[in-house]
Amino acid sequence: MLPFILKRLGLALLVAFTVSFISFSLLFLSGDPAAALAGETASGEDIEAIRRIYGFDRPMLVQYGDWLFSALRGDFGESYYFKLPVASLIAERLQVTMTLGVCGILFALLTAVPLGVVAAIRPNSLTDRVALFLSVAGQAMPSFWFGLILIVVFAIQLGLLPPSGAATWRHFIMPTIVLGYYAMPAIMRLTRAGMLDVLGSDYIRTARAKGAGETRVLFKHALRNAIIPVVSLAAVQMGFMLGGSIVVESVFALHGAGYLAWESIARNDLPTVQALILVFSMFYIVFTFLADVLNAWLDPRMRSA
Amino acid sequence: MSDTILSVKNLTLDIPMGSGTLHAVRGIDFELKRGETLSIVGESGSGKSLTSLAVMGLLGKSITRQADEMRFEDVDLLKANRRVMRSLRGNRMAMIFQEPMTSLNPAYTIGDQLAETLRLHRKVSNAQARARAIELLEKVGITAAESRLNQYPHQLSGGLRQRVMIALALMCEPDLLIADEPTTALDVTIQAQILRLLVDLTREMNMAMILITHDLGVVARVADKVAVMYAGELVETGPSTEVFARPSHPYTRGLLRCIPQPGKTERGAPLGTIPGIVPSLIGEVTGCAFRTRCPHARPECRAPIPERGDASHAFRCIHPDGALSQEGEVA
Repeated sequence: MLPFILKRLGLALLVAFTVSFISFSLLFLSGDPAAALAGETASGEDIEAIRRIYGFDRPMLVQYGDWLFSALRGDFGESYYFKLPVASLIAERLQVTMTLGVCGILFALLTAVPLGVVAAIRPNSLTDRVALFLSVAGQAMPSFWFGLILIVVFAIQLGLLPPSGAATWRHFIMPTIVLGYYAMPAIMRLTRAGMLDVLGSDYIRTARAKGAGETRVLFKHALRNAIIPVVSLAAVQMGFMLGGSIVVESVFALHGAGYLAWESIARNDLPTVQALILVFSMFYIVFTFLADVLNAWLDPRMRSA
Repeated sequence: MSDTILSVKNLTLDIPMGSGTLHAVRGIDFELKRGETLSIVGESGSGKSLTSLAVMGLLGKSITRQADEMRFEDVDLLKANRRVMRSLRGNRMAMIFQEPMTSLNPAYTIGDQLAETLRLHRKVSNAQARARAIELLEKVGITAAESRLNQYPHQLSGGLRQRVMIALALMCEPDLLIADEPTTALDVTIQAQILRLLVDLTREMNMAMILITHDLGVVARVADKVAVMYAGELVETGPSTEVFARPSHPYTRGLLRCIPQPGKTERGAPLGTIPGIVPSLIGEVTGCAFRTRCPHARPECRAPIPERGDASHAFRCIHPDGALSQEGEVA
């Protein structure tokens, strides 16, 4: 198991390095940051001066190296717009996003996996159909619309929950449901398909022939094998939730990292955008790595891969 | 206590299909005594495996099981609820399957899977269960048994996995072992070893065995009794020496012609085949199911078929001698 983990860790670091280089280059090619900083009315000389002050006149590789080494020390420069260190700006916003992302994926897993299992035990039953309906509805419904419906019903009509902000845990209930519901359908259907497949397998018949009870057959023998693709999917969805919760954050006025990304792009705030891209891609890399390790623990055949 | 450990009378298994009911097993009887080996022989789809799954209580939900009697030792299997069946399975009756490559759970070690069987039925510690697992692995001829406990199924070959499956089945010293084509998926050299092992173990543990196979060569070497199954019916039953010496049903003789015999079969001569295919069992089936392929079929074969012979060696055929006297003309 340890050689496997080290190998995957090495791969993850390589991917992280590549991603950082590509994202840096792409932003570099996407426009002239000096011109954007100087503003529309600036003269050519002003722009040149700014170019020199910020070091944009140096070769790209030098700029990248400079940026990377600062980034490794936790220094992502200063935000052009907020005039604050990017690192502390992102750290503050990430708290909201992380809370939301973790709650969202937990909500999705805790509802979708049991639903998928139940649906697989009795395929084509009423439960199966209800679960399928919920998942189709979840996939078809845009997050902003579902979020607004929840606000109208629970915040305005019933007055049970606060409509916006991030002050208490109650503020997170509706965003969690909206974000989690978006991830649910895929998890549920993958769990259902996996369970159906595994329940028909020979080793499940062996487990029953041993005299194992149904609960043991389902959870010890079947679910462990059926959940493996779900783990990989959930890792990707988790990465997506952290980076892509902009819509949910806007609807509920949660000022998280997704919202910050949108603000920074709109304002040409290059250091913040660069740092956010790096942070979001690191999330993907970290969660994929964790999913690989978890899967290797679940299925010994993957340890040699 | 009676010597008979399993008795099945008039077992019928029906599977509902879109186009009607499939009568997979149609009124079969058999009996098994302690320490005895019964071999059920037949082509694919003849209902052999379903019969064994019916005994184990492992049939799919959609299959209906009916019988006049199904008794295992002191338990009435027809009345046994799920709890009772669970306490029997893996404990007093155990089963080995055809597919050693896929019959073990890929996520758990051999040791975990062996120990689980014992711990489901006996109050023993994990250490005791593992000690028993080592003992059984050695018994089924696996070397370095202790280190095998920590291996996973994918690290073992097919032959080894089938040995593990046998050890798994024997963990609780069952009185009845059902082996469903245990050697079909294995290399020819391994087949003989596994079969030998099963025979030795049943003798040593005084265990009854139902050996399901389509290989008559296997039956001749191993079984005390043989039951020949065709299209959901037993067409001939008897002591295996009797059945091999005087095969009475035309189908049994057809099967026997399909295996070459050293010394008897001429070099270069074509092997025997039974022309035709097994009839569909969907809808009502009357008369002899073999009549569509039988060289001695007559119009009367459509009527119910009498059982002939005596209680020990019986067969179902319209011909009093199973058309043995006419066989010369056909050949």
